[in-house]
Amino acid sequence: METAHENIIELKHISKIFDDGFSLLDFNLEVKRGEFVTILGPSGCGKTTTLRMIAGFDLPTEGDILLNGKDISQLPPNMRPVNTVFQRYALFPHMNIFDNIAFGLKQKKMAKDEIRKKVKKVLELVDLEGFEKRSISTLSGGQQQRVAIARALVNEPEILLLDEPLGALDLKMRKEMQIELKAMHDELGITFIYVTHDQEEALTMSDKIVVMSKGKIQQIGTPEDIYNEPQNAFVADFIGESNIFNGIMTGPMKARFAGGQFQCVDDVPEGTQITAVIRPEDITITTPAEGQIRGRVSSVIFKGMHYEITVQSGRYEVVIQSTRSATVGDLVGMTVEPDGIHIMIAEDHTNVFPVDMNRDHKLEFNGKKLRTSLTQLIKGTRRNEDNMLVNENGEVLDPEKIHIIAAIEPMDIRMTDDVDAEDVLIEGTISNLIYKGDHYSYVINTELGQDFIVDDEYLWNLGDQIGLILPIEKIRFSLKK
Amino acid sequence: MKFSRKTLGIPYALFLLLFVVIPLIVLFYYAFTNGQGQFTLKNLIGFFTDPNTLGTLFYSLLIAICTTLVCLLIAYPVAYILATSKLKKKAVIIMLFVMPMWINFSLRITALKEILTLIEGNLAYHPFLNSVIGMTYDFLPFMILPIYNTIAKLDPFLIEAARDLGADERKAFLHVTLPLSVPGIVSGISMVFLPAMTNYVVLDMLYNSTYIMGSLIGSYFSAYNWHGGSMIALVLLGIICVFTLLMGGQNEEDARTGGAVL
Repeated sequence: METAHENIIELKHISKIFDDGFSLLDFNLEVKRGEFVTILGPSGCGKTTTLRMIAGFDLPTEGDILLNGKDISQLPPNMRPVNTVFQRYALFPHMNIFDNIAFGLKQKKMAKDEIRKKVKKVLELVDLEGFEKRSISTLSGGQQQRVAIARALVNEPEILLLDEPLGALDLKMRKEMQIELKAMHDELGITFIYVTHDQEEALTMSDKIVVMSKGKIQQIGTPEDIYNEPQNAFVADFIGESNIFNGIMTGPMKARFAGGQFQCVDDVPEGTQITAVIRPEDITITTPAEGQIRGRVSSVIFKGMHYEITVQSGRYEVVIQSTRSATVGDLVGMTVEPDGIHIMIAEDHTNVFPVDMNRDHKLEFNGKKLRTSLTQLIKGTRRNEDNMLVNENGEVLDPEKIHIIAAIEPMDIRMTDDVDAEDVLIEGTISNLIYKGDHYSYVINTELGQDFIVDDEYLWNLGDQIGLILPIEKIRFSLKK
Repeated sequence: MKFSRKTLGIPYALFLLLFVVIPLIVLFYYAFTNGQGQFTLKNLIGFFTDPNTLGTLFYSLLIAICTTLVCLLIAYPVAYILATSKLKKKAVIIMLFVMPMWINFSLRITALKEILTLIEGNLAYHPFLNSVIGMTYDFLPFMILPIYNTIAKLDPFLIEAARDLGADERKAFLHVTLPLSVPGIVSGISMVFLPAMTNYVVLDMLYNSTYIMGSLIGSYFSAYNWHGGSMIALVLLGIICVFTLLMGGQNEEDARTGGAVL
């Protein structure tokens, strides 16, 4: 075995574009030999696509997949030394368990004795000794899952790919299988690449977690890193419970957010817009006088291991996990230790989108007119007698050659249920939402493919069809050269 | 009288009695009696000793086997391509194959006759070939649809699993797609083979004067030989029973997995 390749597999600048518009862009990932890597993300984030490209079911539009340093991105699945455990098992219903497991070995034309030995051994590994002759339909879901794992492992793949393998099992069985899979990984030393949307599963089993959203990697790190040091609001929100606040740095390791001043450990320059993330268990309830911020308890829920206490502090809502209960309606103080605050430099959420100049030399977006002065926007132009734009030399401008960019802040956009209202500029569907202490940050997919980020203090539902109102006075236009 | 669910079954039971059980009894009665109403095995022995009836049986089997094979050879690839392709207008293409069934049968065969006459000049030269062509034309949709249904319902992950485990496209087809489409093939065969044994109208219209089972039974009855005719019908019934039993295991599987039968 060559030692030069510490990374068993590398995905380099992988792009995959589907006909329906979904895409994975410039995806880069390295997996070390023997690692247990989990790709974690909500459904539709591209995690299964990534796995399918490693397995060979989907070919990347661009980029290389290096296995032990050799590009395999265009090889068919049967030529790759990787095996997959499918989400719904995909066991062959017309074969018994022995034939299912032996399928891969038979393709390799292995001797019958050897096949029998290997199948027996792998059945022991998955705790199904003596099941060779049973038919698939007599097995429970958990047993089918074990057969699926055995069928993949018996081929001794270099990498085992698992596509949400525990998704169809009940909670208890899932917990058991998590432990068993982890034990198998430690025993066999095979590299596992595991895809799931279950953050707890990812945190329990993995050496490394890759958090994905919308076809992009959000963060790669150990479970501890991902949990304690999320790189952005998406990761913080997706992994565990979080309080997320927008704020500003007010001094060296000092930040102001949620209506209070806090000492923190991240050294970010003064005046920087930040997003602060605080895990509910890192907030301590104190007397009102001792607290860094104060608020009134609005709900207390017993969760077995702890109480989940919600406190309304001004316009911010703070969620706290505590072993001590609180009384609804009480005024309390809250403190956070500096290392309990995670500061991230705020992402710029300004919505930027191109608008067109139409044949009548009016600005429009989504087929609707935007009333703004083009003569002011495009320097040195004026309207002629036909109301067309002309430049200094009196030549009529070609709309094709004018590119105008519009920008609007998330808090300036309003949402409405009445999608047919006259002031609605474009319709869209809510595809994501994150609570940020005093408001929700929404991602709206529109029919034009343009996503808008909208801040709104009210709770809308995921999947809601809404109309976006963009007040013209809040839109900033600029001319693209 | 108290109304129960069983009461709802009465019309069906009556129907069965009237149109299935009683005719079968009558069939048995005539098959095993002579003109004087006495029990006899002469009709049975007669069938298996008369070279004419035996010849007809083998000719029918031959036509049915050829028709079934030709149907299968055409239908499987068509069904496979239709079921696995990502064509947007798939429904339209399937409709094109099914649509002939909406047109009157004798009209279709008449049209086919004209086309064949145009190609062959005189239909009398190739009676057997013409009959197989006619039957294939008539029964093809019955072969395509069940096979299409089974393949279309096949979990695509099974093929991917086979590919993943090292099978190339050909082997994945041979070891996974083909065995799993057997229920559809069996339904198709039973829908084509049995009617092809008896459908003498196709032969008549295409000027094939050789008898097949259907025409033989007809001829016995029109000659008022009810006893002989009943025995032939009974033998045919026996063949169908054996055939169905042989295919039985598959059909049971088929019923369990949701079925390929139309």
